[in-house]
Amino acid sequence: MSVFMSEEPLLQVHNVTRYYGDRIGCSNVSFDLFPGEVLAIVGESGSGKTTLLNCLSTRLAPTAGAIEYRMRDGSMRNLYQLTEAERRLLMRTDWGFVHQNAADGLRMNVSAGANVGERLMAVGDRHYGNIRATADDWLGRVEIDSDRIDDDPRSFSGGMRQRLQIARNLVTRPRLVFMDEPTGGLDVSVQARLLDLLRRLVADLGLSVVIVTHDLAVARLLSHRIMVMRQGNVIESGLTDQVLDDPREPYTQLLVSSILQV
Amino acid sequence: MSVRLYLNSVGKSFTMHLQGGTVIPVVEKVEFSVNEGECVVLGGPSGAGKSSILKMIYGNYRCDEGQILVTIGNDIVNIAGAEPRQILKLRDDTIGYVSQFLRTIPRVSAEEVVAEPLIAQGSSESEGIETARALLARLNVPERLWTLPPATFSGGEQQRVNIARGFIAHYPILLLDEPTASLDAANRAVVVRLVEEKKEQGVAMVGILHDQDVREEIADRIIDVTGFAADAAA
Repeated sequence: MSVFMSEEPLLQVHNVTRYYGDRIGCSNVSFDLFPGEVLAIVGESGSGKTTLLNCLSTRLAPTAGAIEYRMRDGSMRNLYQLTEAERRLLMRTDWGFVHQNAADGLRMNVSAGANVGERLMAVGDRHYGNIRATADDWLGRVEIDSDRIDDDPRSFSGGMRQRLQIARNLVTRPRLVFMDEPTGGLDVSVQARLLDLLRRLVADLGLSVVIVTHDLAVARLLSHRIMVMRQGNVIESGLTDQVLDDPREPYTQLLVSSILQV
Repeated sequence: MSVRLYLNSVGKSFTMHLQGGTVIPVVEKVEFSVNEGECVVLGGPSGAGKSSILKMIYGNYRCDEGQILVTIGNDIVNIAGAEPRQILKLRDDTIGYVSQFLRTIPRVSAEEVVAEPLIAQGSSESEGIETARALLARLNVPERLWTLPPATFSGGEQQRVNIARGFIAHYPILLLDEPTASLDAANRAVVVRLVEEKKEQGVAMVGILHDQDVREEIADRIIDVTGFAADAAA
């Protein structure tokens, strides 16, 4: 994993804070994310992890703080000072966002092939044959049979929809992917397949990932680093296996000890 | 002989917040070094802190006090204060860990599990798989199992897969956490031979080995961990 050689962060988060009225969503969160690094944000419902993810992905403006991103030309730009056109281009090309509910990230009334092809057209690809071939290749990579390319995702199972959403996100070769509970609501056997697929794709493509999950097993399998959130604050962070095997904070100890052993 | 690993006044305790904040002292003022080509075995009864020391060297447990220094070429890295990224890098190219328990990953075959650390160090996929198969064969894992995920293997088979995974790559430092526990005599002998080969390559090793015969065969030095007991020093 030579990705750890890279010394320049891809994303720098400085004191990001988001209030909802006088309620805290997340408070004073700072971290650097390096190329190829997978960061898991864990914590129970209401801990602020999705608020933070939405702030990072420019879906929700923070009340205070700054988020800088290294553009493909190497310059660091403050995300909330980009023009709307720059921001949209970034989200369409250099970023992906995998939603817990695949229907939120897919267009349910167009074919699987078009769902994947649409992102390619958004970055300027116009050749129908190339787009279809690339879409077909990506469906294969997420283990969807070629003969389903013209079916729309309403006819797909939950696990297939999620794999299609991943293909749609990765087809433009993004450098940073946000994931919000990507395995939530799936059967365990479907989860296992999806996790293995994600693990391989992330490693093969050298992706940087920020993944929100309440499932510590998912965090252990996929992430290099972990941040534990509670009541809007990051209470503990570090190397994933160190935090999970030697948790220091009372709340982290409670989370780790609450896992059922099978 | 150059020093590869040096523990300088290392201390560790656990605070159990769910048990009313009870502090469990583990070890204090742990001090030893390991040279290249040397195998140091940690001795002492269970609960003395042998595993905790090994896990601190691997960065799996936090080191509360002192330094854990690793020599890499002309550089010295302190694991106790290293960033997560640095520790992951060290685990790729400098420190290997041979443990008893395999954490299986769904759908990844035994030979891929074994080959992964070698491929991470830059070997080609085919070279990695080829070396993995040779090691699995040496450790008497039946060939029909190589392409299957180890989740359904017997305990002994999983353990041997994990031993192969631990020995396959080229780490200057190797940590051995009971690699021979519950192995039969033939496989124990294979592990002893693997350790000897690593010594010849100049690898510095720290091990926990309850098996008396194996210990006598491979240990160059035995360090009694009870000397570092936290309460004894108080």
